[in-house]
Amino acid sequence: MSYDEKQESGGAWSPKIVAFVCNWCTYTGADLAGTSRLKMDANVRVIRLTCSSRVSPLFIIKAFERGADGVIVSGCHTGDCHYSTGNYYARRRFAILRDLLQFMGVDDDRVTFSWVSASEGNKWQEVVNETTARVRALGALHAPLQEKGGETP
Amino acid sequence: MKELQELAAKLLADGAVQVVLGYEEGPRGVRPAFITDPAQAGRLVFDARCVQNLATYLNPRRQHIVQLGKPAVVVKGCDARAIAGLVRERQIARESVVVIAVRCGGVLQRPEENAALSSETTAVRCAGCDAREPRLYDYILGELPPPPPVNASRDEQIAMLEKMTPAERKGFWDGELSRCILCHACREACPMCFCVQCTAERALPQWIDPSPTLHGNRAWQMMRVLHQAGRCVDCLECERACPEDIPLGLFARYIAGAVETRFGYKACDDPAAPAPLGVFSTEDGEEFIR
Repeated sequence: MSYDEKQESGGAWSPKIVAFVCNWCTYTGADLAGTSRLKMDANVRVIRLTCSSRVSPLFIIKAFERGADGVIVSGCHTGDCHYSTGNYYARRRFAILRDLLQFMGVDDDRVTFSWVSASEGNKWQEVVNETTARVRALGALHAPLQEKGGETP
Repeated sequence: MKELQELAAKLLADGAVQVVLGYEEGPRGVRPAFITDPAQAGRLVFDARCVQNLATYLNPRRQHIVQLGKPAVVVKGCDARAIAGLVRERQIARESVVVIAVRCGGVLQRPEENAALSSETTAVRCAGCDAREPRLYDYILGELPPPPPVNASRDEQIAMLEKMTPAERKGFWDGELSRCILCHACREACPMCFCVQCTAERALPQWIDPSPTLHGNRAWQMMRVLHQAGRCVDCLECERACPEDIPLGLFARYIAGAVETRFGYKACDDPAAPAPLGVFSTEDGEEFIR
């Protein structure tokens, strides 16, 4: 039995949040938060990518369609991108994606975009806890998926 | 119209082009015509029923049309934006097509009804048109007619949606998109969708559920709209092609507005204009980033 199922079999619904983070800043920052023993909600699943500009809007759309209730996207502060300009391109893409999600009726509070540097373990803790609290207040996004059988990818 | 027929006949007779893409009278209203014989040029027509964006046929994905030879295409000023888009994105060379632009006085939302232009019957995309006098052309025809009445129904519907709560908006779209059968007619009709393999058809990884479930339908439309952000020319061929009458024009208008508000970019007929999501400014707003 997975952690999720245990959590849900307890009766209380708990949000699923997917975090797409860049390797160079936020992942390292999240690592710092962990090694600093900062207490965070355990609802966030971190996915490490090379850069915030690696995050295609499709990742976020698919996360929502496959049952995530909230998404966090986080990378280096502008000007600090490991690849110089990646997060500037990402910023434009996220702005449009955010507008579209809003138009489609996905509440703004379900998507958090943030810049967290490698030294900002505290900020990562805040981002995680705040996002979880907001998504928890909103409830589940979609009705549960009808599984066709087999393992969920 | 005589002017158009004579020009088409001349271009074909001189061998300047091998095919003229225009409009002709069909059994159920005006339909696209592919004229290869100068003697047939008399079939060409142009009036307010000519809503189709013929630039769609220049899309290099349409090999059966590429095989006809060098084309001349009859366009309205708005359709010329699609030609500019294809040139900008290196899908066609500007000199590979002869553009016959016609000065436009607006077209009908429902051409099959052939009503007079009014604030109800004019196409929604004609509202706020800045391209009635074409700027991208090799030949330009006709006198500039007076501007058509404004049909603001699409903007009103967007304003209504924006006033709703997120849950109500989600309900609206779930209702509309649950009818989608994932036939991809919106993609096939689009002049700006030219990928050899569409992401929706990739199996590894499978981004979009290929069966028409609400989850897959929503993901498909969101992906399509995002791929069109800043590229869409608002010809609404997608909406006309949709067999389920899903109001895809709302997405087109909304996302174009978002791109314009945020980046000051509007789809235009300048082939040298930048792609708004392919460039950036360090001054871009980030009020939404924590």
